[in-house]
Amino acid sequence: MSLAIEAEGLVKHYGSVVALEGLDMSVPEGTVMGLLGPNGAGKTTSVRIFTTLLKPDKGLARVNGIDVATHAAEVRSVIGLSGQYAAVDENLTGYENLDMVGRLYHLGKNTSRKRSRELLDQFDLDEAADRQVKTYSGGMRRRLDLAAALVARPSVIFLDEPTTGLDPRSRIALWDVIADLVAQGATLLLTTHFLDEADRLADKIAVIDHGRVIALGTADELKSQVGGERLEVTVASPDQIAPAASVLTAIGMGAVTIDEHTRHLTVPVSSEGETLVETLRALDLQAVKVLDLTLRRPTLDDVFMTLTGHAAEEETNQ
Amino acid sequence: MTTIASALADGAVVAKRNLLKIARVPDLLVFSTIQPIMFVLLFAYVFGAEIVIPGVNYREYLMGGIFVQTCIFGATITGSGLANDMKNGIIDRFRSLPMARSAVLIGRTTSDLLNNTLVVVIMALTGLLVGWRIRTSFLEAAAGFLLLLLFAYSISWVMATVGLTVSSVEVFNNAVFLVIFPLTFIANTFVGTDGLPAPLKVVAEWNPVSAVTQAVRELFGNTPSESAVSDAWPLQNPVLASILYMILILAIFVPLAVNRYKKAASR
Repeated sequence: MSLAIEAEGLVKHYGSVVALEGLDMSVPEGTVMGLLGPNGAGKTTSVRIFTTLLKPDKGLARVNGIDVATHAAEVRSVIGLSGQYAAVDENLTGYENLDMVGRLYHLGKNTSRKRSRELLDQFDLDEAADRQVKTYSGGMRRRLDLAAALVARPSVIFLDEPTTGLDPRSRIALWDVIADLVAQGATLLLTTHFLDEADRLADKIAVIDHGRVIALGTADELKSQVGGERLEVTVASPDQIAPAASVLTAIGMGAVTIDEHTRHLTVPVSSEGETLVETLRALDLQAVKVLDLTLRRPTLDDVFMTLTGHAAEEETNQ
Repeated sequence: MTTIASALADGAVVAKRNLLKIARVPDLLVFSTIQPIMFVLLFAYVFGAEIVIPGVNYREYLMGGIFVQTCIFGATITGSGLANDMKNGIIDRFRSLPMARSAVLIGRTTSDLLNNTLVVVIMALTGLLVGWRIRTSFLEAAAGFLLLLLFAYSISWVMATVGLTVSSVEVFNNAVFLVIFPLTFIANTFVGTDGLPAPLKVVAEWNPVSAVTQAVRELFGNTPSESAVSDAWPLQNPVLASILYMILILAIFVPLAVNRYKKAASR
């Protein structure tokens, strides 16, 4: 299978701030790659390099085999980009926005007009098509922005945090739209700091931190890398965190993660035996009052925690 | 399509978008015309009574200066528009499209030129109301208006460069007015240059604003008697000097602005 997106040793520094530090990546045609990482990990910088907006200091990037640095114009005619914030013109109508993009892709007057109407229909914006975008909701703007990325039927699509700032309902609606796109055979690179989003949409996930890929695989592969299941305990009062932690340390297979604020403790455990019953008994012996106790499969949150030593949502760009 | 034809076609698409904005947000146009009208009235009625320029009615003398000042103010919308597009990520979208690299700037400066044309027309009408008169032939007057608009157009490219360099619209507005006020006041805009202290006088005589103002006054027939005009070369040959200044400004700022656009990174 040929590669739609490739990166070899991409390096990008902004002054003393390191954005990318040798990023490698390959995305086969027709697949979805999820770029997962905290803010400042280098996700947006990678997208900006692939979409010709930014030149890397070092390294190679290719889209459909075309070198991004030397043949930027050719790359631009095969890609679609939807950025972190909806880049649509507030004062134009939804239709005018798409038609403008179509004309700038040189689709020709009639094709551009037809394609714009078709997309508005497909993205459930047909009723709002001739209203100015300033009257749109956040979810509608995002859908329009995504539609704008698809006007020229690009074979490679870049979505930079497509659902950031959306309410849960709009997020799920947008996921459906993206899943449809993928079903039509496009190659997609998607950045996100939502683990459930990567899990839901991507064939493969590249976890990036401090400008490099630190893990790569399917969601299941990544989860099995961290091994075992997770036992979660919520205790009734702060003074019970310490005795509960010592119980979990004895039972678990790794370090106990403690959230003081929510009085929530997590520990990886082996999936054999009667873990739940044992834990409950041991906690009872220490007179720990338990509010909640669950055993669950590891999430990508756990993956991130294990791989990087910090939570995915936390800011790391200082 | 050839490169130039394609750049112009793309530029037209962008210009249409900007003009739609003017039509949809008419307050923008209202405020950009109220300001020059206010200046005409303030100078004509507040200062006009006290300022005497030998050999000419002050209100007639004043109009040339206010026309030029208005064109510079009007050109600032090129920079604030671009700074705003950068902030909204629209420049990123344009830069990821297979369109000509210069098209966004061509479109922007063209739509702003049309905007400025409208502003100049409104100002001219206000001027006529307060007693300004054109005392030359139709052709000379037309040349005067053409010169004004070309000057506005070249200043648009300066503003484009600044707008693409600063980080926000607010910074643009503050930065640009720091330059515009001295530029338009250390000149023959409102009073002659002869009364200025020596170093300022030289700056004023060689200021492009003075050359264009003097040229416009001559083309409209609003010049004071010979003795009141400085004998510095740009003011003795104002039309030629204005054209040379514009060529120089465009030669410097067109490539500079296109270069800034290529490198522009949002935020």
